[in-house]
Amino acid sequence: MQLLTSSVGRKVLMAITGQLMVLFVIIHMLGNSSIFIPGGINAYAEHLHALPPLVWGFRLVMLVAVAIHILFGVQLSLENRAANAETYAVKNLKRATLGSQSMLYTGLLLLAFIGYHLLQFTIRVTPDIVAGVDAQGRFDVFAMVTNSFSHGIIAFVYIAAMVVLFLHLSHGIQSFFQTMGWNNNKTLPVIGKIGTVAAVVLLLGYASIPLFIVSGILKG
Amino acid sequence: MSHDKTMTLTLHVWRQKGPKEPGKFETYEAKEVSPDQSFLEMLDEVNEDLIKAGKDPIAFDHDCREGICGMCSQVINGAPHGGMERTTVCQLHMRMFKDGDTIYIEPWRARAFPIVKDLVVDRGALDKIIQAGGYTSAHTGGVADGNAILVPKEVADYAMDAAECIGCGACVAGCPNGSAMLFTSAKVSQLAVLPQGEAEAARRVCAMTEELKAQGFGNCTNHYECQASCPKGIDVKFIAKLNREYLKALCK
Repeated sequence: MQLLTSSVGRKVLMAITGQLMVLFVIIHMLGNSSIFIPGGINAYAEHLHALPPLVWGFRLVMLVAVAIHILFGVQLSLENRAANAETYAVKNLKRATLGSQSMLYTGLLLLAFIGYHLLQFTIRVTPDIVAGVDAQGRFDVFAMVTNSFSHGIIAFVYIAAMVVLFLHLSHGIQSFFQTMGWNNNKTLPVIGKIGTVAAVVLLLGYASIPLFIVSGILKG
Repeated sequence: MSHDKTMTLTLHVWRQKGPKEPGKFETYEAKEVSPDQSFLEMLDEVNEDLIKAGKDPIAFDHDCREGICGMCSQVINGAPHGGMERTTVCQLHMRMFKDGDTIYIEPWRARAFPIVKDLVVDRGALDKIIQAGGYTSAHTGGVADGNAILVPKEVADYAMDAAECIGCGACVAGCPNGSAMLFTSAKVSQLAVLPQGEAEAARRVCAMTEELKAQGFGNCTNHYECQASCPKGIDVKFIAKLNREYLKALCK
């Protein structure tokens, strides 16, 4: 039970659940990229949803991970604020980054985005959703996504959310290795770079879809 | 003796009569400051003027004035110890400033470090962390022979790097979370790698991190400001080591 209450224990739980979500966003991005293959994303969705135990198992794991990550994230942030209530008149931070300082805010913004994203493309109740079937009788994910992202504002909100994700992961990925203790003075700068590069790749991978649609390169 | 011109500086110093009193910045002019003076010597002269004028001098902690005791503790222009790499306030020289500079001087700020007066804070919370496990409990009797227990050179060096911590609290002062994880990790790492300390490593890391929390320090979120603030350059690799030791302890 020490894991759930101690300073380091909760940090380790934050790191592990965070990393599960990083794995999820990597898999999700690879799945999304099938949109660039003609008919690819409809086939991918069809195959994925033909395996309900996999989909629901995945969803359950993600739900638990998100819940733990948010619960401890908020709790630890509140404790940290209480521990450092009196701020300095002059600030001169040297190593902290925009990402590392805004983890609570970017995290809460991402939570709001996940809610919106699920309502949009999973539960499909937002007004922009076109829910039809393609020529092979499969649910037409391609038409749904291209239609939604052809609205500039929807594409913008999505890309903005991916920038927030980038900020969160620019600190989160390297932080995972430090928290798990898989780090020393030689690996720290390398891991820092790997974390930033991975966050950039995810940003480009995700943002490319609405960008290609809104610019008319990828047409519905 | 150099014959550089002297400087005039504007100081904004945090003045607070006692732990429960409200504090505020007071502005002082430091005149005829020699570039060869240390920061503390500059403050000594400001205090002499204050005493001559019948005013209360600025209270600040200091002791060895050679950068090894860890007593001097001031946040200068937003950086613990003034922000020069591996430098304590007493070793910070006025040649780092220019004539006409404005300098903000504040105490360490963290819930675990209550202000005693002006720039003096109570760092007893760090002692409590050490008391929770920062030692080996073996009764060693007399002084052991130097080489009775052989320690490989790399291990000894690693332990010595961690043992460089002077317990000044700059890591806490610099941490956006008011955490003492770098301080705690230095002691945990130093003892965990040595044969004398290894036996109690699991108990130590749990007890010391629990005490850190109990004393009101925040949690580490890997900003790494602590390393940048540390006058001894204690590396955040020791925090990774503490995390490893903690995970190992969970398995025991």
